[in-house]
Amino acid sequence: MKGMGKTKALFLLSFLAIVLAGCGKENLTALVPKGTGAETSMNLILLSTLVMVFVFVVVIVVYVIALVRFRKKKGQENYIPKQVEGNKTLETIWTVIPIILVLILAVPTVAATFELADMSKSGDGVNIEVTGNQYWWHFNYKGEEIQTSQDLYIPTGEKVYLNMISSDVIHSLWIPSISGKMDVNPENVNKMYIEAKEEGVYWGKCAELCGPSHSLMDFKVVAVSPEEFDKWVSDMQDVDPKAQPQDAVAQEGKDLFEEKSCMGCHAIGSSPAAVGPNLTDFGNRSKIAGFLEPNEENLVKWIMDPESIKPGNKMTGNYPAVSEEEAKKISAYLMQLKPSDITPESAGK
Amino acid sequence: MSIAATQKRGFGAFLWDYLTTVDHKKIAHLYLFGGGFFFLLGGIEALFIRIQLIKPENDFLSAGLYNEMITMHGTTMIFLAAMPLFLGLMNAIMPLQIGARDVAFPFLNSLGFWLFMFGGILLNCSWFLGGAPDAGWTSYAPLSIQSPGHGVDFYTLGLQISGAGTLMGGINFLVTIVTMRAPGMTYMRMPLFTWTTFVTSVLILFAFPALTVGLFLLMFDRMFDSAFFDVALGGNTVIWQHLFWIFGHPEVYILILPAFGLFSDIFSTFSKKRLFGYTAMVFATILIAFLGFMVWAHHMFTVGLGPVANSIFAIATMAIAVPTGIKIFNWLATMWGGSITINSAMLWALGFIPSFTIGGMTGVMLASAVADYQYHDTYFVVAHFHYVIVGGSVFGILAGIHYWYPKMFGRILHEGMGKAAFWIFLIGFNLTFFIQHFLGLMGMPRRYWVFLEDQGLDTGNLISTIGAFLMGVAVIILLINIIYTAVKGEKAPADPWDGRTLEWAIPSPPPFYNFKQTPLTRGLDPLWIEKTEGKGKMTPAEPLGDIHMPDGSILPFIMSLGFFVAGFGFIYQVDHSAWLLAVFAGIGTALICMLIRSLKDYHGYHIKKEDLEREAD
Repeated sequence: MKGMGKTKALFLLSFLAIVLAGCGKENLTALVPKGTGAETSMNLILLSTLVMVFVFVVVIVVYVIALVRFRKKKGQENYIPKQVEGNKTLETIWTVIPIILVLILAVPTVAATFELADMSKSGDGVNIEVTGNQYWWHFNYKGEEIQTSQDLYIPTGEKVYLNMISSDVIHSLWIPSISGKMDVNPENVNKMYIEAKEEGVYWGKCAELCGPSHSLMDFKVVAVSPEEFDKWVSDMQDVDPKAQPQDAVAQEGKDLFEEKSCMGCHAIGSSPAAVGPNLTDFGNRSKIAGFLEPNEENLVKWIMDPESIKPGNKMTGNYPAVSEEEAKKISAYLMQLKPSDITPESAGK
Repeated sequence: MSIAATQKRGFGAFLWDYLTTVDHKKIAHLYLFGGGFFFLLGGIEALFIRIQLIKPENDFLSAGLYNEMITMHGTTMIFLAAMPLFLGLMNAIMPLQIGARDVAFPFLNSLGFWLFMFGGILLNCSWFLGGAPDAGWTSYAPLSIQSPGHGVDFYTLGLQISGAGTLMGGINFLVTIVTMRAPGMTYMRMPLFTWTTFVTSVLILFAFPALTVGLFLLMFDRMFDSAFFDVALGGNTVIWQHLFWIFGHPEVYILILPAFGLFSDIFSTFSKKRLFGYTAMVFATILIAFLGFMVWAHHMFTVGLGPVANSIFAIATMAIAVPTGIKIFNWLATMWGGSITINSAMLWALGFIPSFTIGGMTGVMLASAVADYQYHDTYFVVAHFHYVIVGGSVFGILAGIHYWYPKMFGRILHEGMGKAAFWIFLIGFNLTFFIQHFLGLMGMPRRYWVFLEDQGLDTGNLISTIGAFLMGVAVIILLINIIYTAVKGEKAPADPWDGRTLEWAIPSPPPFYNFKQTPLTRGLDPLWIEKTEGKGKMTPAEPLGDIHMPDGSILPFIMSLGFFVAGFGFIYQVDHSAWLLAVFAGIGTALICMLIRSLKDYHGYHIKKEDLEREAD
């Protein structure tokens, strides 16, 4: 008996492990919601799954019984069953019960739809203009004179309003653990809010086919405490784009950055021009190009041949050739752009 | 030597026969062959996709080629495989089920097929001419406008031409069912497959024009500098989505309703019971079709249409669950109390019930707009529509092929291979797609060329790929089965399954005039009524007499070829105006064919009564 109990416990434990592993990677998966929108969606997902599993079980039970009981038996090859036309009562039952089940699902759906579309308090919250570009995201903090790309800093515990538009094709902004997605259209500003319940670096994805590198259009949401967020805001506002780097290599890199016309597209500082990603806080970025580890090797590779990393990107071919040595210098310059102590690591507890 | 010579001549005659045929049964063969070919092509594309996704950051396909692959997989499977395969089954069986000698417009029937075939070939030519379309099967603007090269041009022209063919098929079936039912075959005595053919044709008639309009706008934007979808010039890209889904959602029902119909026939036949709740089944079909036009925006919950639109479309979508549920329970009730035979045709029908129930349930889950914010454009959606389209439509096509193979080809498919293919396919199908529900929620959007390492997506994708290959194995077994049956298969009697409907009252395969004498229908399941209460065979509704048959014609083939050439002309006239010659030549050919068709009298011919008398029953 004791052995049985142990096996059972082991079985349960491994089952639990599988289920947990089955939920996917934390801060990416929608199955472990950490934001208001994701939680609202998850509640509906659970409710509808419950209703549907009930329906499925009923169907399968009837199906199995019918198959077992009424399969043609040996010696009954010529048996002709009664030809039943129908049954009013039964048919009414399986019309009415689905209607009730649908209503159970419809009412909370409508309520949640209106709840998540409520923008009436957007005046009080943080407002960010989001621009989707092939294949990167730009964030302009309204009224704060702060521009960032790829890493979106937000304070935890409050609604952050996103006003989204696309500069080229349709994209869709999705931060699975925080909120469901909304399309980013070229013709109109779409509004949604996100609210992170706890600090963390959350994966953001593009969810509308937008070209060859659609699958690489990742970004991060860095959710920090409201105090840290305020600190970050003031740090970012104090950035001096003209600041001279400390070490000589980085200084050479800065000169190359100007020489190679990188500046034509990439702003450093709060300039709202955003042909290419804003690089103000590049040294603090959690990833390069949205998905690569932030190290020199990757950055040099990107500067020299972005096409090999993000096919179809708009940087390829729009700047003079850069040698490996030059790329390393530019990399040194970019890597030391750390205007704030508030970094993705700050969000890690 | 002499044998080879006769075979050679035989093949030429055989080819000519099929190129010029207007016989609905032979056109059905053509549809099944054409649709089957594209089904294999789409399947190979699917395997390429799954190989690319077998492990994280794989480099089997390049990013651009991957987008071409997914676009062509979707477009091929929907427009060139599933729909034509159903049109093939409808062509083969529906006229027989209503006791007709052919469809109402045999010439149009042939034209419809050849337009579909040439449209499909045109679309696939893109592979060899600089790259296939790469904006997804939905071809959302402005991505489709900005897509370089001619890929999307092939998409617009190819679909426009094949779509015209489908539209003709739909109109033809409608007129056939309205005007050509045998005496006594009232609407409420029609078999469910005929009913769903009817309703599907209505859907085609009303849904395809939206696609036609959309494709024209896209074509004009790409070729003639119009700006319907160019935001900078005041265009609007969301309009494309509306047009596409006003077509696209009914399209889903175009793919599933015929399956509903044939499953109803199969459950009834192999349970030896009449269909439970026939009237409810008919009205559920009509209701699903009607609601199918009211729900297109559930594909657009994340577009930003606002909470009012989202709520209305959410509820309308959920409402479809009710008639669908009625159908599922009526099928179960048909089996209940019956005497169930399980063969390969019935196996596909039985496999359909749980698979489609899962697909239907996830459909209701997707209808919940706020939950859809998470599901939308992820692998959850991919899993959902494969459960519906594979678990519903493809299972339906395969069930229909096994069920009607004796009637269409005069031989019975090998049971052992049929069953093996079913089980392998069922396992492979569930392995491939069930896990994708979770992949989607775990953060994997659809149409992702690569997924990254360490995101918890590796195992699921590996399982999915293994499943896809199992499905491939099952399809190969099916092909071997078809070849084996053609060579050594058992000859089929007129009524191998103890059938209930009119197609089983005539020989397998049927003579080219179908019914020597038009049968008299005395109720639902007319053959069953005669078997149990009558003489065991149909009572003729007319005396034996001459039968008027239509002439074959090569014109539909030439006309379609003309449109095919014009298609190329339109695509390449952007590069060089000399290609306009191809446009004029192609359209001119088609117009001349129309002129010939209009001015020349086709009298057809008569099969003499004496010849018919000589034929055995």
